[in-house]
Parts: sequence; structure tokens; C-alpha cells
Amino acid sequence: MNAPLVASAPQAKDFKSDYKPVWCPGCGDYSVLAAITKALASLELRPENVAVVSGIGCSSRIPAYTTCYGFHGVHGRALPAATGLKAARPELTVLVASGDGDGYSIGGNHFLHACRRNVDLTYIVMDNHVYGMTKGQPSPTTEPDWSSKLAPGGTGLREFHPLVIALASGANFIARAFSGDPNGCAALIAQAVRHPGFSFVEVLSPCVTFRPEQRGWKSAVHPAPVAPTDDPGRAARRLMTDDGFNIGVLYQGSRAPFRAEKARAMAGVAELAAGFALQETP
Amino acid sequence: MSLDDAYAEFMQRAYAMELEATERYAQFAEQLDTHNNREVAKLFRKLSEVEALHARRILDEMGWASVPALPPAFAWDGEEGPETAPFDALHYLMQPWHALEIALRCEQQAQKFFEDIAAGSAPQGVKAAAAEMAGEEREHVRLIREWMQKVPRPAAGWDEDPDPPHMSE
Repeated sequence: MNAPLVASAPQAKDFKSDYKPVWCPGCGDYSVLAAITKALASLELRPENVAVVSGIGCSSRIPAYTTCYGFHGVHGRALPAATGLKAARPELTVLVASGDGDGYSIGGNHFLHACRRNVDLTYIVMDNHVYGMTKGQPSPTTEPDWSSKLAPGGTGLREFHPLVIALASGANFIARAFSGDPNGCAALIAQAVRHPGFSFVEVLSPCVTFRPEQRGWKSAVHPAPVAPTDDPGRAARRLMTDDGFNIGVLYQGSRAPFRAEKARAMAGVAELAAGFALQETP
Repeated sequence: MSLDDAYAEFMQRAYAMELEATERYAQFAEQLDTHNNREVAKLFRKLSEVEALHARRILDEMGWASVPALPPAFAWDGEEGPETAPFDALHYLMQPWHALEIALRCEQQAQKFFEDIAAGSAPQGVKAAAAEMAGEEREHVRLIREWMQKVPRPAAGWDEDPDPPHMSE
């Protein structure tokens, strides 16, 4: 018997498009793509019920590599597009893909307010501490002393701490994953999708071209030594003393997510339009 | 757990291991195709086909018509299956010898995985099957070593590119 390698349950490959990724060989984003497709399969979702929204950058190429609905949007503006989509089509599972430049710099303000609004989205940020697509400029998460031809001697600027910012801004689920562990990353993404409200998964995803030393992350990462907490105060203390390599769910809140239905009940389109109607002059 | 159940679970693990390796080598082939390293892409594709054959053989042997699901709490000891090459193992200028070096490491890990089960406290039927599979992996290690003798060993500076695709100006 030459049995085909198929199964009746959804498979990761069902979520993978025919487009071949053009990332550099060895890039962590390949692994994140694999993790996303595995997570969606494990959740038994169907590609037509999922949308992947992104901005600009290496990581933002992900929508094209999936068979889900996709929106490759404007630099830093993936979250507003995803928020609008989820508000209009709450039945869809909406994933947002971004990188540390797109998500924390150009889209930094949207990040704060997406956390605050707590719309039911899963925000996956592939953090490699560098702008890879535009040839290696320092990003908000780049270490202050990282010296390169584009920033000799380093920027001298303190790094942005996305997890602390997310917690302070109201994100309902905060986790850190590592691309070198695609199965673990898939499990965290699946957990984030299941959790109601705004779920933020920061994925340490090495840039092997501009930050080859990040290959060493595989020996730096370690499972978070404590169980997830739903206490923001405790989570804040943990995150403020975090070494940047704790992997796992770091905060799981219980804040009610924003419901677009409620907003619609408050003001219909016709009602809003009426407010803008021109008054006839006597 | 009965011997039949323990044996089926062991074979599920063995199947998952082969399937992960199949998929990873196929991904590597795609990546190197994209970067026009056709020779190594072809080699990874070949390795993927070989692993797929091993996976199919398990399905046939067990009479499984479709992919068996792993137990829900199942996890590898490491981050991925013992025969799965890490995602970051590639370089766009890598040569066949490097690909075989990766494959060698994976086969050695697979051999150890089965040897550990064979030497552990599993039921006798499982231990016997694990010992047999360890023997197969040992043979793969030997074959890859032989293969490595037939391809040139990369010279120092193989990864230096005078016209790199990405360069910090």
C-alpha cells in the first residue's frame, strides 16, 4: 500500500499558499509561518474563516504565504485595518503580523490603542531587533550599544519594552515565543487566539543576515519559571525584571473584549449620517 | 497501557518524527530554490523524499490509512523531533557537504532517540521495535558518511560573498 500522507483533520499545509517565501535562508520568520499554520490547524479553523493582516517589513509578508484572507497594508497600520475588519466581521478569526520596526515604531501609537481597545485580535510581532528589509537600521528594540555601519557605536537609546507597554496599555494576553521552537510557538499562538480580547505574542525571530549573533538566542531562551498570572501588578513586576528570554504566557487577563455589536447598537449608520445632513436654509 | 497500545503510540511518535523531518527538508529545498542554490535545494528535496518513504513505510506497516494523531499531551524532549533540522541551519551559499552535515546530525539524533527507548523501561515489544529502528538509523548514518566522502569539503571562506545580496551601505 502506498498510502498518501493525508489526514481528515485540518493540516498545517492547508493554511500554506503556493507562494514561496523570499526571506533569507535561516530566517526565524519561516518558523513563525510554520507555527501560525500549525496553530490554525490545531484550532480546527478553516482558511476562509481566518484573516491575516499585516503592515510592511519582512514579517509582514506572511499573509501572502497563507491561504487565509489577507491584507498587506500600510507601514505600521496593520492594527487599525485589523480592528476595522474585526468590528465589521466579528465572526472571523483575525491575526495581525508585524515586526519590531513596523509594530513598535511606525505603528507604535496604534499598538498602545489596540491594547487599550481590547478588540479580539491576535497580534504576532516577529522581533529581531533590527529593520531587516531596509538593510539593517536599528529598531526600537535594538540594544543601545549595537554598533553597525548604519549606527556606528550604537544608538545609545534605551530599548522599547513591548511587553511592559502592552500590559500598561491593557492587552488581555501577553506571551513571548521563540521561532527556534515552532511547536512551542504554535501552541502559544493557539492559546492567544483562544483567549478573548487583544492577545499579544512577541516572537523572538532571529535575523540571520543583519544580526547573525542572534543564532545564539537558542541557548538564551528558557521557559518562564512561573505560571501565568491574571494579576496585572504581579505581571508588571515580572515583566520589569524580565531578562527578555522568558518564554511562555506571562499575563492572562480577564477584561471583557470590545464588542462591535454593542457599538453598533449605540449608533447605526443612518443615525450617524443624519447628524451630518445639511440643513436646508429657509 | 497494553502492549498493543504502547506499540501503536511508539509508532505514532516514529511517524511524527519522520513526517517532521520530511516537511523540514522540503522547506529547506524551497528556501534554497528561492535563493538560486539549486544544487543544495535538490539535495534537500532528495532527503525529504527519503524521509517521506520512511514515514509511508510506518503507515503501511501499521495499516493506517491516514495520519495518526499524537496523544494530546505529547511533546518531544527537545523543541522539535530528534530528526528535524533546526530552522536556522541554512546559509544561502551553503554547499552539499553542509546539507549532508545537517542530515548526519539529524540521523545521529534519531539513532540515539531509538537507542534510548530500546535501553529504557518500555514494554519488550516496543524495545525490540526501537532497537530495530535504531539499527536502521545507524545504517543511515553510515550511508550519509559515505555520501560525504563523495562531495568536496568546503574551503575556508565558503560563506564570503564579494557581492552580497544584503549589504549595509
